[in-house]
Amino acid sequence: MKVELDTDKCVASGQCVLTAMDVFDQDDDGIVVLLAEEPGADQLDDVREAVAVCPAAAIRLVEK
Amino acid sequence: MADTPLPAPEFPMPRSAKCPFDPPPELTKLREQGPLTKVRLWDGTEPWLVTTYAQQRALLGDPRVSADPDTPGYPTKATPAAGEGKLSFVMMDDPEHARLRRMVTAPFAIKKVEALRPAVQTIVDGLIDDLLAGPNPADLVEAFALPLPSLVICELLGVPYDDHDFFQDNTKTMVRRTATPDERAAASREIGGYLGELIGRRLTDPRDDLISGIAARITAGELDHRQATEMALLLLIAGHETTANMIALGTLALLRNPDQLALLRESDDPKFVAGAVEELLRYLHITHLGRRRAVTGDIEIAGRTIKAGEGVILVNEIGNRDPEVFPDPDRLDLTRDARRHVAFGFGVHQCLGQPLARVELQVVYGTLYKRLPGLRAAIPFEDVRFKNDAFIYGVHELPVTW
Ligand code: SF4
Repeated sequence: MKVELDTDKCVASGQCVLTAMDVFDQDDDGIVVLLAEEPGADQLDDVREAVAVCPAAAIRLVEK
Repeated sequence: MADTPLPAPEFPMPRSAKCPFDPPPELTKLREQGPLTKVRLWDGTEPWLVTTYAQQRALLGDPRVSADPDTPGYPTKATPAAGEGKLSFVMMDDPEHARLRRMVTAPFAIKKVEALRPAVQTIVDGLIDDLLAGPNPADLVEAFALPLPSLVICELLGVPYDDHDFFQDNTKTMVRRTATPDERAAASREIGGYLGELIGRRLTDPRDDLISGIAARITAGELDHRQATEMALLLLIAGHETTANMIALGTLALLRNPDQLALLRESDDPKFVAGAVEELLRYLHITHLGRRRAVTGDIEIAGRTIKAGEGVILVNEIGNRDPEVFPDPDRLDLTRDARRHVAFGFGVHQCLGQPLARVELQVVYGTLYKRLPGLRAAIPFEDVRFKNDAFIYGVHELPVTW
């Protein structure tokens, strides 16, 4: 599974960072940054939660 | 025989006096009947009311839904008295909304807000020290819930400590229930003038604070001085009543649910406290009059079409009690996973200040009840005055003893 971001959509809410700190970070302006493009199996639940709580639909989890 | 359509129910609806923490019973009934219904506002217009969690999120995330009150169909204010102006980017659509909002997102990034946690803790501890040293009983709203967000935003904006009193007195007046419109306008002018001046000083002498960040946008030619001042004022106002009411109403809800209060008092686990804050946000949902939007293109929802030029009201307090998402939704349960609540809204307008609000509430809920283990209400529950008509729900005052 692979994480894709649409940083143009991101509204810098930080929800993803709160949910999966090993996978997402924010740049100086608060815009999402990807730390792990292909998260491990143990991180997938958190990434799915991040997709669900992201208010701007800026995160996608796609099959490789 | 043609059906005579039932008249649309009036919105907003009254809460039941029996459980002032629950949404109006009529709203719950409407949600059970389906996600979409028409309601009638005080001025006779009939926007759509969206009641289910999933449909609310879908609509708030839809680019055909406008937050600009000048868009045709935008529902009129919830009550004739609720006078709000156009508040900077909160009432704009993209791309202008995104352009302005992005200018002030930096200080609300998780790590920046986390760095403020020790300062927030110091402020909370100081306010509790003052509370303990002062008269008992005391009004928790006046002595604790309102000053906290004021002092925290001072810290964030970079208001010099020497000016705290001036700043706090004026913000207090701006949000004080008993202030006259003239008093409020005067306080807002004072603060606006103050912030404008502070921005001017930070233009030439920048520091590591939010005001300096806004000043830098003037230098970069992205904002003029007036827009910059308006933005600073928006940030100042937005966090005040909201956080204050979460503290006071939340405390009252916990006092009514002593088993849940005990969980907070006895826990040293920051994760548990953080989860408890999410549940209180879900359960209380103080922005109770619905989010208003206008639709700019036909949208199919639940077998119906909301047409361009029609208004929608999204009552997220009912979405937060949707049993499809939160089982046994009317129960305050600090151990449940409530993170998906929509208390901060959803979509591009989701509350900008939520990371800061979370840290403030986590520090409060993690500290107050431990330091005041005997905390209880100083008046009978029936005498508590709830803010039924206010834009933000809460209690007018909460006399407590300990
Ligand atoms: S949750 Fe979504 S909007 Fe918020 S910072 Fe992450 S990607 Fe951006």
